[in-house]
Amino acid sequence: MPINKMVNSFKDAVADVPQGSVIMMGGFGGPGGMPQQLILALRDQGAKELTIISNTAGLPGFGSVAGQEVINHSLLVENNQVRKIIASFPVSPSASRPNAFELAYRAGDVELEMVPQGTLAERIRAGGAGIPAFYTPTGIGTVVAEGKENRVFDGREYLLERNLTANYAFLRADQADTLGNAVYRGSSRSFNALMAPAAGITILEVDEIVQPGDLDPEAIVTPGIYVNRIVKR
Amino acid sequence: MAEDRLPREVIAMRVAQELPDGGYVNLGIGIPTLVSQFIPDDRTVVYHSENGVLNYGPMATEEEQDVDLINAGGQFLAPVQGMAFFHSAEAFAMIRGGHIDVTVLGALQVSETGDLANWMVPSRGIGNIGGAMDLAAGARRVIIAMEHTTPKGDFKIVQNCTFPLTAKHCVSLICTDVAVISVTSEGLVLDEVAPGWAPDEVQAITGATLKVSRNLKEIAL
Repeated sequence: MPINKMVNSFKDAVADVPQGSVIMMGGFGGPGGMPQQLILALRDQGAKELTIISNTAGLPGFGSVAGQEVINHSLLVENNQVRKIIASFPVSPSASRPNAFELAYRAGDVELEMVPQGTLAERIRAGGAGIPAFYTPTGIGTVVAEGKENRVFDGREYLLERNLTANYAFLRADQADTLGNAVYRGSSRSFNALMAPAAGITILEVDEIVQPGDLDPEAIVTPGIYVNRIVKR
Repeated sequence: MAEDRLPREVIAMRVAQELPDGGYVNLGIGIPTLVSQFIPDDRTVVYHSENGVLNYGPMATEEEQDVDLINAGGQFLAPVQGMAFFHSAEAFAMIRGGHIDVTVLGALQVSETGDLANWMVPSRGIGNIGGAMDLAAGARRVIIAMEHTTPKGDFKIVQNCTFPLTAKHCVSLICTDVAVISVTSEGLVLDEVAPGWAPDEVQAITGATLKVSRNLKEIAL
């Protein structure tokens, strides 16, 4: 039987997400690369006690055209669906304009694991690649190093960091074929392409669906092996 | 009596002189972002942004704004020839792997041994690490561009940082609105002063001891 990973609706794509799931959320922080329709569908589906792994914890206004409606995982925080966030840039740069996450964090409603962005990226890469842990120089001598194993290689100190995996990845791609081969657009590749291999069920929210053979095989960024479900915006 | 302090653009102009021809450079948010406007005409600098963009040019015009073309500060970039896009793990492999020649960052505090604190003001109780720790630990040269003191007059150049660290022993040069200071194995060396500023006047607003360079100069652009 030919493979076809298309799912008819965002509602169907997220219907089986159970309470307590760990979900990677693509994008860098702005609306570019943000799996907005999957987020809205998950809000409506209502699964709670989620752990969200994403670069930010949902920022208002970042990388947005003025007047654009903000749709990101802040909506899940506001809807009390999030227990923990793993992120590098969790709060608004401006203390006077706190995001939903900061308010929930101060109220004690949500946990934070803050990770340097490069370490977050490499932990996700390692998770998708079957590498359980790795050493990095980032964070030595800082709060990030607390409780972690140190080791010296060639005279320099490094920290041992564990990988990250998830039950689901919600990602946004520009084009995908029905086999799941996908390409992104511009700076929206960032965490999207990186997360595709690191989750049990990877769901792509795609702007344009094409047929196998339409994408240049030399230019495919995410090979279809990493993709389980595809939904057209 | 000390003269006025230099405007942010002039700090950026001074930092721009430090960027090597053909260098790969990552600019942080704030004064560092301004540096790209002041690169001498005879030099080419290739900019890296940790959200996965290499070789970006000017910021976008309002008509060009595209949510899929931003830098790590969330600013819209103009589409230019020769750009490359890559995912975040690759963006940070470039940083950690020693492929970034210079990063220019802002700072809350810099210590006399080159420790940097720039991600959290303790009174807020929460902050953003973002890419700062990787850049500070991974770039081949870390230059700080900042105002010499806080708006209240508190020292930002200190013996020991009291704010949470970004990385230890990482800063090599500090460019402020009154001085250019090198971090050396013998401590902080005052290399240049802003026009009208005497070394003791710079020392008076610095929380660590400055050695005055034998070749002390006025900041020139």
